[in-house]
Amino acid sequence: MSVNRSKIDIVVGLFVAAGIIAVVVLALKVGNLASFDTEGGYRLEANFDNIGGLKPRAPVKSAGVVVGRVETIGLDPETYEARVALRIFPAHRFTKDTIASILTSGLLGEQYVSLEAGGDSAYLGSGDRIAKTQSAMILEKLIGQFLFNKASETPGGASK
Amino acid sequence: MQRLALDAFADLGAFAIDGIGRLGRAALFFLRVLGASAAVLRRFRLVTVEMLSSGVRSVLIIVVSGIFVGMVLAVQGYEVLQRFGASESLGVLVALSLMRELGPVVTALLFAGRAGSAIAAEIGLMRATDQISAMEMMAVDPVARVVGPRFYGAVFSMPLLSAMFSVMGIVGAWLIGVRLIGIDDGAFWSQMQAAVDVRHDILNGLFKSLVFGVAAGFIAVFEGFHAVPTARGVSSATTRTVVVSSLTVLFLDFIMTAWMFRG
Amino acid sequence: MPASATEPLIDLKGVRFGHGSRTIFDGVDLSIRRGQVVALIGSSGVGKTTLLRLIGGQIRAQKGSVRVAGVNVGELDRKGLYALRRRMGMLFQQGALFTDLSVFENVAFPYRENTALPEALIRTLVLMKLQTVGLRGAAEVMPSELSGGMARRVALARAIALDPMLMMYDEPFTGLDPISVGMIGRLIRRINDAFGMTSIVVTHDLNESLLIADRVILLAEKRVYADLTPAELRSTDDPFVRQFVDGAFEGPVPFHYPAPPLVEDLYRAAPRS
Repeated sequence: MSVNRSKIDIVVGLFVAAGIIAVVVLALKVGNLASFDTEGGYRLEANFDNIGGLKPRAPVKSAGVVVGRVETIGLDPETYEARVALRIFPAHRFTKDTIASILTSGLLGEQYVSLEAGGDSAYLGSGDRIAKTQSAMILEKLIGQFLFNKASETPGGASK
Repeated sequence: MQRLALDAFADLGAFAIDGIGRLGRAALFFLRVLGASAAVLRRFRLVTVEMLSSGVRSVLIIVVSGIFVGMVLAVQGYEVLQRFGASESLGVLVALSLMRELGPVVTALLFAGRAGSAIAAEIGLMRATDQISAMEMMAVDPVARVVGPRFYGAVFSMPLLSAMFSVMGIVGAWLIGVRLIGIDDGAFWSQMQAAVDVRHDILNGLFKSLVFGVAAGFIAVFEGFHAVPTARGVSSATTRTVVVSSLTVLFLDFIMTAWMFRG
Repeated sequence: MPASATEPLIDLKGVRFGHGSRTIFDGVDLSIRRGQVVALIGSSGVGKTTLLRLIGGQIRAQKGSVRVAGVNVGELDRKGLYALRRRMGMLFQQGALFTDLSVFENVAFPYRENTALPEALIRTLVLMKLQTVGLRGAAEVMPSELSGGMARRVALARAIALDPMLMMYDEPFTGLDPISVGMIGRLIRRINDAFGMTSIVVTHDLNESLLIADRVILLAEKRVYADLTPAELRSTDDPFVRQFVDGAFEGPVPFHYPAPPLVEDLYRAAPRS
């Protein structure tokens, strides 16, 4: 009986180990565990006139590389601007004159925050605000602008 | 005609009264099972033995089904995605569907059919052959000795099986998508990694399967323990286990999905 | 527990029990002294097994009291009931052995669950109990490989594992060949006397009960109909008891289940639609 039992223990042990390995594979290979590791990262803030369809947990990219995630989105009660908190992975540093803009991946893809570093020698620290921001492109506004331009072009030719 | 209508209402009434009574008994029995938890977990050997029969012996069906479900997802997903020129997103599609929904749900359905029915039949037969009564007369609580270990065996096995199912599904999708169709290997994995969130997707999926483990395990032990002690009684307890657990799993899945992914 | 030696071990007073509208017992009075082997007989369905379940506390009397060793079984909570049951053994009709455990593990079960004895001692005790029923050699066999008589002897070894003060046997002779019947009968008597127990044997086998029992109790009409020694039973002229003893076809116990006259029933069954 005891021999039998220890065999059961081994088989069930293997089963549990296989299950845990499956979870670890999911966490490391399928999900990006680094994105879970937000504790070690630092926080930046940025105000935008309009964030379009940006959502919490959207990626923050620099030159296409994911460097963080959008943490929270709120409305500034005084300026009525969108206040976006970013959680940046600790490995990345950005200069003081970094520009944050909201872009769309592909034509129909999700929106993300892009950071473009400048030439400043000082770096942004935890809790700092990114001064230069560029809002999301709103399709309706673009179309409106386009129509307006067209309309003003037709009568007077190069009036502008 | 009037008679028929009255009969129908009477049937409905009887059904409702029966159902509510059953629900009440189930709630009381659930408390009894939970009350025996300390006694069960202290003798974890008993749970281990049950994990062998409900968990380990379900691995094959889970692994094989996982691969096939992943392959089907890849074929169907590719068919739709390539119309939008987004076939590289196949990995995302497959991984998210598997981890959020199909992994936990299909695993729970297979578990109910494979292990849940076996648990119900075993306990029902123990009831029919007086083994449960014999235990009670030996001053051994059958809820702690027979029911509890089987319940916890299911609860612990389910998330592990579900994770295996998801991994095998992704492997299956990779075989079809990357090896056969020729999607770029790097894009397949990197898009997946960029889109899958550990807490939001993976842990939520595991939590779901834990809840399904509680539901499927409990329904199996409840039906078995309360089986009518005849051949027909045991067989109907087995059938009911599969039907009720499947419906409960799908219902709970809807509730949890609505709650988890509402924002 | 005020349980003096002279007090009866089992004492039922005015017990009433029924399922729904069907009354099984109404006013059962019964007392059994320590050390006796009592045979409980009666027609099928008269509630012999139900009486055992009342004594074991698996069901509760709706009226009256069931006392075992001075304790009112109906008033015990689960803990008290389990404490009492550790001093009771019950042999079920088909043995009710745990089919996924070997003979040895079946007999070891009460020790493993109810005591903290070391493995070596459990082994000794199990082998001794198996020796009592003559099946020490079958310790490693699975219950499915045993004959009906052997399975019942293993179940008996399991039931007496904790040396109970009371043994209850539910139809121990049913479905056994004559040799096995004799063997089980003698075992019941021998174990009862050797371990100083009290035994209640529910049975249809009147011959065997006359051989082993000190008293024979006949249940009928929802109560204890007769309480006799084997000698009294053989010589009684109560027509009902006589029918039982002689196995007569006709007598106070009717052959037919209560029904309206046959002719009436046949006319009613004629096709209507």
